[in-house]
Amino acid sequence: MPPFLTQPFPEAWRIPLRGWTNDGVSWLVATYGDVFRGITDTVLLLLVRVERGLAALPWWLVVLLVAALVWHASGRRIWPAVSLSGLLVLVGTFGLWSEMMTTLAIMLIATLFTIIIGIPIGIAMARSDRLKTLLRPLLDGMQTMPSFVYLVPVVMFFGLGNVAAIIATFVYAVPPIIRLTDLGLRLVDAEVLEAAQAFGASERQTLTWVRLPLALPTIMAGVNQTIMMALAMVVLASMIGARGLGQEVLRGLQRGNVGLGLEAGLAIVFVAIVMDRITAGYSRRWDPTVKGR
Amino acid sequence: MTITSQEAAPNGAEAHIEVEDLSKVFGHDPQSIVPLLREGVSKDDILARTGHTVGLRDISLRVERGETFVVMGLSGSGKSTLVRCLNRLIEPTTGHVRLDGEDVLALGPRALRDMRRHKMGMVFQRFGLLPHRTVLANVTFGLRVQGVSLAERREKASAWIERVGLAGYEQALPRELSGGMQQRVGLARALCTDPEVLLMDEAFSALDPLIRREMQGELVRLQQELSKTIVFITHDLDEALRLGDRVAVLKDGFLVQVGTPVEIVTRPADDYVRAFVEDVDRSRVLRARDALKFATPHATERVEEARGRVDASAVGRVAAEATLGEALAAIADVGGPVAVVGKNDRVLGVLDGTTALRALTERPEVAKGDGRV
Repeated sequence: MPPFLTQPFPEAWRIPLRGWTNDGVSWLVATYGDVFRGITDTVLLLLVRVERGLAALPWWLVVLLVAALVWHASGRRIWPAVSLSGLLVLVGTFGLWSEMMTTLAIMLIATLFTIIIGIPIGIAMARSDRLKTLLRPLLDGMQTMPSFVYLVPVVMFFGLGNVAAIIATFVYAVPPIIRLTDLGLRLVDAEVLEAAQAFGASERQTLTWVRLPLALPTIMAGVNQTIMMALAMVVLASMIGARGLGQEVLRGLQRGNVGLGLEAGLAIVFVAIVMDRITAGYSRRWDPTVKGR
Repeated sequence: MTITSQEAAPNGAEAHIEVEDLSKVFGHDPQSIVPLLREGVSKDDILARTGHTVGLRDISLRVERGETFVVMGLSGSGKSTLVRCLNRLIEPTTGHVRLDGEDVLALGPRALRDMRRHKMGMVFQRFGLLPHRTVLANVTFGLRVQGVSLAERREKASAWIERVGLAGYEQALPRELSGGMQQRVGLARALCTDPEVLLMDEAFSALDPLIRREMQGELVRLQQELSKTIVFITHDLDEALRLGDRVAVLKDGFLVQVGTPVEIVTRPADDYVRAFVEDVDRSRVLRARDALKFATPHATERVEEARGRVDASAVGRVAAEATLGEALAAIADVGGPVAVVGKNDRVLGVLDGTTALRALTERPEVAKGDGRV
């Protein structure tokens, strides 16, 4: 066999990506430190308010509110409302109520950000095939890149704690809502769009009166997925200092306390089930092609 | 096979919609195909050589104010493309479209929106209603787009909802209605902005036959009161003959013939149209006055004889605009020839059974020259 075939990968071809990245991150932190601190402080302020607000609510009121939401989302059915709010009471019996509220606050804010930022990007993507081609590999990357990879730079930019957890959760959870907003808008019945056009509707009128309402069920499916992914991040985020249920799972792991780990793990699952039923319920309710509202 | 239309407008009136040398090519560079169209390269050759699809080719026609103009053709004939070129849901590749003499293709985006808002209403095959909004909201859509106040929208929409026979269904959702009722909503929505022109793209094709006939009758009734200019697209010959003041036949993007239903049925421009009209129920299309033209010399003699007796009201009479079927029924009733009577009781002629049957059973010949547009 000729020798060049057995050569290892040529050393001279090496691209110093890691060096560039490290330099880039350092430069960003050094140059825009104030900007990142500003973002951190703003998000923290919001989080503290939401968290305090949730903590200030009496537990039974939260249970009642969730029951009412499930009842409404499920098309006024009693059984889901009772059983799902019962799951929350169960978390309280584990002694994890305040941890659940913290997790809920982190998750709600992360979800809020994904909605505020994800839906407009999805709208832009539905309008432009070029943007879609450009964004698709980026979204694929965000979803498949192991989260540990960006946990570290996120901590470098935003410090340890809940804010970093929110940002990391955002990065992980925003792709589905962008994708599904784009998909929902593109799936809108061509004839309905033609009708809007034929009556002289402007682009904005078409978007707000026709496209978005008709895409709403799909967008809600995106919100649903986003929330599920956000909950999946809860434990990982606790490694960069997020409090709440994830922290309890981590503590159970570190101390070999299997029971604590199970309780906290179940609590996360319960929250996930409740959030899923509520968002999936609205996704179905707002679907104009499904009978019975 | 290029056909250009140079019909004179009846009464010298200006055409409401005028289409001139309109062509539409689908593909990545339609303009590059225009020279090929001029050279007369066939649709199949253009597709094979360039990957472009010819939708419409050198269409010229005039739609008069207040007439129901039906465009008929099979799927792929370009009829839906043609109607969409009129309000530019599809941009024509070459040619002109004029509405009241104004060049529609020259309109900027805002002027085009204004034209769509105020001058043209459209009805769609699968209705194109907003599924999440009520009947009332759907009917007011056009007015809402225009920025008309809520109170005025409600008032106008309610009137139209009632007029199309949907009173009491204002708060229903489209999915709660049958197909025929949904299309009534579509019709009310199109009429609610009070447009001069109504574009109807296979408006009744998705309905089952009984409902379709009912809606056709409804449209005829409305049109008698409204006198809109209607461009009606259909693949159904019976529908075309029933609704159309004039009918245009499209084939592979070409305009094959334009004429009144009677002209289409009795003088088809080519074998394609003839094959189409061969099975048509002539007793419904031809009028008593048209049947008179089928008299043989022998019959004419007898008719002359009979004419003397008409004034004595000895024989039955039938209106000139009555269908051939009605005339035949009258003949059967009387047991002999009937007088065909026009305006002011003027006797146009006498129709006997033989002549009526000839009119009914004649196999149309392809017209040489004169049937073409």
